[in-house]
Amino acid sequence: MSTRIRVGLFVTCLVDLVRPQVGFAAVKLLEQASCDVTIPRVQTCCGQPAWNAGVDEDARDIARNVIAAFEGFDYVVAPSGSCAGMIKRHYTEVFENDPAWLPRARALAAKTHELLSFLVKVRGIDAVRATYAGSVCYHDSCSSRREMGVVDEPRQLLASVDGLTLKEIADRETCCGFGGLFSVKYPEISERIADTKITDVLATGAETLTGGDLGCLLHLAGRMRRDGKNIAVRHVAEILADMGDDPALGQPAK
Amino acid sequence: MNQDPRQFPKAAREALNDPLLRPALTRMKMNFAARRAHGVHAYGDFETLRVAGRDIRDYSVTHLDELLETLEASVNARGGKVHWAATAEDARQAVLAILRETDAKTVTKGKSMVTEEIQLNPFLEANGIVPVETDLGEYIVQLRHEPPSHIIAPAFHLTKEQVADTFRLEHTKLDPNRSLVERNTLVQEARAVLRAKFEAADAGITGANFLAAAEGAAIIVTNEGNGDLTRLLPRTHIVVTGIEKVVRDMNDVSILLRLLPRSATGQAISTYVSIMAGPVGERAEQRGFHIVLVDNGRSKLIGTEAQDVLRCIRCSACINHCPIYGAIGGHAYGAVYMGPLGAALNPGVMGVAETGHHANASTFCGRCAEVCPVMIPLPKIMRHWRAVEHAQGLAPKSLTFGLALWAFAAKRPRLYRLGASLLARALKLFGRDGAVHALPLMQGWFAVRDFPAPQGKTFQEQWQARR
Repeated sequence: MSTRIRVGLFVTCLVDLVRPQVGFAAVKLLEQASCDVTIPRVQTCCGQPAWNAGVDEDARDIARNVIAAFEGFDYVVAPSGSCAGMIKRHYTEVFENDPAWLPRARALAAKTHELLSFLVKVRGIDAVRATYAGSVCYHDSCSSRREMGVVDEPRQLLASVDGLTLKEIADRETCCGFGGLFSVKYPEISERIADTKITDVLATGAETLTGGDLGCLLHLAGRMRRDGKNIAVRHVAEILADMGDDPALGQPAK
Repeated sequence: MNQDPRQFPKAAREALNDPLLRPALTRMKMNFAARRAHGVHAYGDFETLRVAGRDIRDYSVTHLDELLETLEASVNARGGKVHWAATAEDARQAVLAILRETDAKTVTKGKSMVTEEIQLNPFLEANGIVPVETDLGEYIVQLRHEPPSHIIAPAFHLTKEQVADTFRLEHTKLDPNRSLVERNTLVQEARAVLRAKFEAADAGITGANFLAAAEGAAIIVTNEGNGDLTRLLPRTHIVVTGIEKVVRDMNDVSILLRLLPRSATGQAISTYVSIMAGPVGERAEQRGFHIVLVDNGRSKLIGTEAQDVLRCIRCSACINHCPIYGAIGGHAYGAVYMGPLGAALNPGVMGVAETGHHANASTFCGRCAEVCPVMIPLPKIMRHWRAVEHAQGLAPKSLTFGLALWAFAAKRPRLYRLGASLLARALKLFGRDGAVHALPLMQGWFAVRDFPAPQGKTFQEQWQARR
């Protein structure tokens, strides 16, 4: 019998609101990897919007809620490099001058992972049981790539999906222009950066754009939808969990 | 040309609509990023070098007072003179005093961002002294009365046709019907014009990439050789630079010289490295060597969360890899330092009220910090300025209000779950064919994109129902 480990799933506020499917996909993948998954009901958001806007007191309050809700698990996993990065890389900054909470923030950071790197690096998963027809390109979110060091794991798992051909975007390192509130504070700059990324995405000829962060994907899907570009956009967990049948982001129900 | 950082959003929109700027930015981005990547790869263990560079510069920033005293003593011992300038005005006056003393009428200049920062050229002109920029790009933007749009490629935003038009307009003594089609013809023309200026100059002004305290030396890197002509031909040489450029000695400089050109242009070493320590050449004793050390707001960053930005060696790697700069270029910032460097530095020296946009115009993608040769945590410093902006009540009211409303709910899980359920349903209701196309109060998002409609019920609702 394999050892079951207790994972607290940090669903993320965007998945909760816009794409619950990603949450169910994450649960499925984690259970397949012999994890007992718990979803604390008190979770709301990781606090990143407040922290990045410099509203430190709100970020602290929200982060305390996350720490209290998740510190009892063996691991904390999020289907997002951005939210996982907030907990892993920035909570210790949030509580830099708070001796009571800093050790707790450090302890949580140490066991927090982005979903795909958790599956591959911690659980030793190297393939999934899933089918997805067509060619797919994976967008590296900046926080997955740079804060969480997730680069090879999504590609390795996607390559194991039946029927799927993986294409690569020429420039894998440049931001898509989302940047959270940046996208609404400076929409035209965000638009130009998105369009540059979208040009690269379309040049791959892939039928589906996927990625590990719903923020980037909503931004890119929303921009393509506005601009009349037709390519399916969906979170990588949906594809890997064999749940890639729902309408793609921003697409009408079948 | 935007000269007001508060007008950043408007200037950025204009830049986005400039048809000549876009191809120039695309070329610039690809060139610099590819060259740096090649230079770093060819070196090998660049990460260890970055750590060494960070430590050297960190030592400088935390020991500025003693290093600067050592520097002054060393410069004096070599027959030079150090001038201290607390403000931009002090720096301008110091330069003017030296020029007046030597009765200088014409000065040649090597590229120096600090002289841009202290607005030296218009000041000299107003005092009857003619400054001539000798770096080709800087010369071109000077002729066009524009500020540099990049700290090491000041005229990259211009096409060669624009440069040809400028030369025809300004070089009035040359045949108006000459051909200026080829890039090389333009370079040769600038060379010929500038050669005469070099010979006529009474004084030369350069910046400094580094100051070596123990040796009393200023070091500059150039690719055109104009730095040497500027400092050697006239009888007086003035170095104008920031106080934070000082390092312990030439050993430190030798490490930093491995980092700087590779990070900037991907070169293993720049074409010229000029080490300037005291008056040299024929009748050295009659020549003047001056270093004007400019503070202008730098020292007040020491001991703050922005201190690390003083490590900067002005290589421009952060700028070259910045998606924001890559979309809008340098002029939109309305400040001498642009991109991530400007975003971390300007709010500290020019004020948050003035340059808050610079710190906000970042996606925090982190590429700047990743390529910085001295490991400055640029996004972390930008975030610090956002916190200062918020604490001082300077952030935009609509944004602050929206965030406060959201945070109020995010701290109350039960209220949050209810709000999220309602919002998910409302968004689904407003959706047409899977996407929402417009919503009141969400102008920023819907100005350029739709919003993919939610699936209906929130994850939390569905999860509870399934249990």
